[in-house]
Amino acid sequence: MSNNGGALLQITGLSKGFPGVQALQDVDFTLRSGEIHALMGQNGAGKSTLIKVLTGLYKKDAGTMLLEGTPFEFSSPEEAPKHGISTVYQEVNLIPNLTVAENIYLGRQPKRFGAIDWHTLNRNAEEAVKRLDLDIDVTQPVSSYSMAIQQLVAIIRALDIQARILILDEPTSSLDAAETERLFDVLRKLKSQGIGILFVTHFLGQVYQISDTITVLRNGMLVGERPVEELPKLQLIEMMLGKSIESLQKADKKTSKECETGTDTCFLRAQGLGRKGTMHPFNLEIRKGEVMGLAGLLGSGRTETARLLFGIDKAQQGKLFINDESEVLNTPRKAIAHRFGLCPEDRKSEGIIEDLSVRENIILALQARSGIFHKLSPKRQSAIVDKYIKMLDIKASSQNQKVGDLSGGNQQKVIVARWLASNPEFLILDEPTRGIDVGAKAEIEKLIVELSRAGMAVLFISSELEEIIACADRVAVLSDREIVHEIAGDEIEESRIMKIIAHGDKQ
Amino acid sequence: MSLKPSFLQNETTAKLIWPLAALSAIIVFNLLFTPGFFHIEIKDGHLFGSLIDILNRGAPVMLVSIGMTLVFATGGVDLSVGAVIAISGAIAAHIIRPDYVKGVIEYGEVAPLIWVIGIPLLISLVAGLWNGMLVAYIGVQPIIATLILMVAGRGIAQLITEGKIVVFIHEPFQYIGGGFLFGIPVPIVLVLATLVVTYLLTRRTALGIFIEAIGANPKASLYMGIRANVIKVAVYMFCALCAGVAGLIICSDIKAADANNAGLFLELDAIAAVIIGGTMWGGRFTVAGSIIGALIIQSLTTTILTRGIAPEITLVFKAVVIICVALIQSETFRQLIAGHLLKKEAGK
Repeated sequence: MSNNGGALLQITGLSKGFPGVQALQDVDFTLRSGEIHALMGQNGAGKSTLIKVLTGLYKKDAGTMLLEGTPFEFSSPEEAPKHGISTVYQEVNLIPNLTVAENIYLGRQPKRFGAIDWHTLNRNAEEAVKRLDLDIDVTQPVSSYSMAIQQLVAIIRALDIQARILILDEPTSSLDAAETERLFDVLRKLKSQGIGILFVTHFLGQVYQISDTITVLRNGMLVGERPVEELPKLQLIEMMLGKSIESLQKADKKTSKECETGTDTCFLRAQGLGRKGTMHPFNLEIRKGEVMGLAGLLGSGRTETARLLFGIDKAQQGKLFINDESEVLNTPRKAIAHRFGLCPEDRKSEGIIEDLSVRENIILALQARSGIFHKLSPKRQSAIVDKYIKMLDIKASSQNQKVGDLSGGNQQKVIVARWLASNPEFLILDEPTRGIDVGAKAEIEKLIVELSRAGMAVLFISSELEEIIACADRVAVLSDREIVHEIAGDEIEESRIMKIIAHGDKQ
Repeated sequence: MSLKPSFLQNETTAKLIWPLAALSAIIVFNLLFTPGFFHIEIKDGHLFGSLIDILNRGAPVMLVSIGMTLVFATGGVDLSVGAVIAISGAIAAHIIRPDYVKGVIEYGEVAPLIWVIGIPLLISLVAGLWNGMLVAYIGVQPIIATLILMVAGRGIAQLITEGKIVVFIHEPFQYIGGGFLFGIPVPIVLVLATLVVTYLLTRRTALGIFIEAIGANPKASLYMGIRANVIKVAVYMFCALCAGVAGLIICSDIKAADANNAGLFLELDAIAAVIIGGTMWGGRFTVAGSIIGALIIQSLTTTILTRGIAPEITLVFKAVVIICVALIQSETFRQLIAGHLLKKEAGK
């Protein structure tokens, strides 16, 4: 804990609402000089809203914000850097084909007689780079360096605006372990210079590696601020999820699981399947008639696992066996040929085709498999679509309604219908219930279990542990892009999963 | 209950309303101010008249805009169609008079029609293959990928004709641009045939919906196992083939290959026709709309010429009409106007 510096930034009672959502409510936050402060919370906890209010992108509704004791509120994000608050966003905001030096000074190049003074520019850039013990040629294009270096260049750019506060939003999400370590070295150096760092990440391990203080938000409200050493991992997860382990253990025991393992035939077996930078090599077995759950926090590698299995990302190592035969799935098309189906996490950009009708959206996957010249007759299309509209209770005015006009839950059902229509043997559902109402959610959960009992192999990914527990026969728990442990049967309870997420398989 | 008539509730037909209105406006204008505009007569069993002329002259634009529509729907654009027209015509003329560029005036053996038509069309397909490969497999931006052939293609055509205008006489080939079938000019027949083929290919197979899916959401299409690359290549090849046919029509009609001017700026007319017709970039397409768009452009050109306005101004008129139709089609613009009118009403 660092009490050596005074409060650089002090926020009290901050509130911010959007129509229909209270994104922040009465939140306090303090950042001290020479402190690395992690801001934690699940999706929708209000982390990004807090940052956006801080940097002037949103206007606060209520509360006070003090910068070194003086109240402030920026009217636009351009003002924040001028007052010493610099932000580095998740995606590197650099111009790839400009040099490192140009990127650092873009928009504020040193000038001489109205022209850019290249000599000073490059010399200054070199010094700035050296200050962080970085040995790179500043006259090379940024794109010639690795993601980590690019991330560091973005930080140098932010720091060069005489920053006293540095906000890092998920800076490590595209970095590997060595690169992350390098970034952390730089952060420690900055810390020793008295800069206050606000650090947002989903990687639990990293929080304990680097930060001094943790503030947890949940549903727009402050859960608490603790020094790192006083907050064990398990308690942090409890704070983030809003449940205590003890209460869960009791609840779990009461509900007896109706876990009848289906036929034992293994449909899919992954052996050391992995891809550098996205997923550590993992082993995974998925049996027919069984729901395999993937649990883990956001960014733990759940979606990455699905993408590897479905051939969207090519595996760089390991083997995949389907019905005990070794197969290489390097495109979704090949996966589909083996009767795979995938309901992707990002419904809007990867799932539905908004401009097309409900009917077209549902029959497309089946049509793609049967080929261009075997067009399903309008009659058959109608019959299939009718069947699934009834089965999933999709609320659409007609088969010809544009999918873009449906509600989120109904759009999700359309995607599920699309894959059911293609009659898959293995269905991957990545967050199928996100953002849909309780009723639709229960229906989809029920459907998942029914499908598996009918002999389908299902891989079910969800952030909500209750859902996984309710549906899955076995659960693989992921943490920091690794499958750390697999549990089955009576072992599947929330407290156990949370412990595994926190401590790996040591328990 | 909606008060809209049923044909307006169908998305595709509703989209055609505005282009049709624009076309009708031009026709009504001519009805009032251009005498004899609607006069169609039959001479020697052939149809003649201003309306027939519009269809006949507009055939190349209509053909190219059919291909362009499909390219547009995949989320691309083909700028090279004008150049492909020039290449196709140049090759046809070269086959008819191979030694003309060397200064030999006599004809050799009469080239069989199958060669004169087949080889240019084959080369057009190769041109389309080139465009499609660049876009689908190498991942070049469509506008850049086809710009290459737009610039280089006209050069290739000029190499074939060595910068000369190759004039020729070849009775069977002249039939394509100037002949009649059942009293209808052959170019119009070719457009109709292409329309039928396109309809069968896109709506009787699953090709149409795959094209729309690729254009509207490439990622989702990939996840569904639609072979986007193969389809894109096929669509660019089809577009180039349409341009090749248009090239033959133009070349046959003027009985010469003019590598410099044949199909010049035609790509712009075709793109305008597609946009006026209501096909959005990437997604739903309507070939019928594009045909209406092409007819708007052609009837506008004809109107300007028959009104005795200097042809130099044609382009300005075209621009104005395109802007107007595009604005009318824009939902945002219509709402803006409606909102403005409502405000005025409220102010009274």
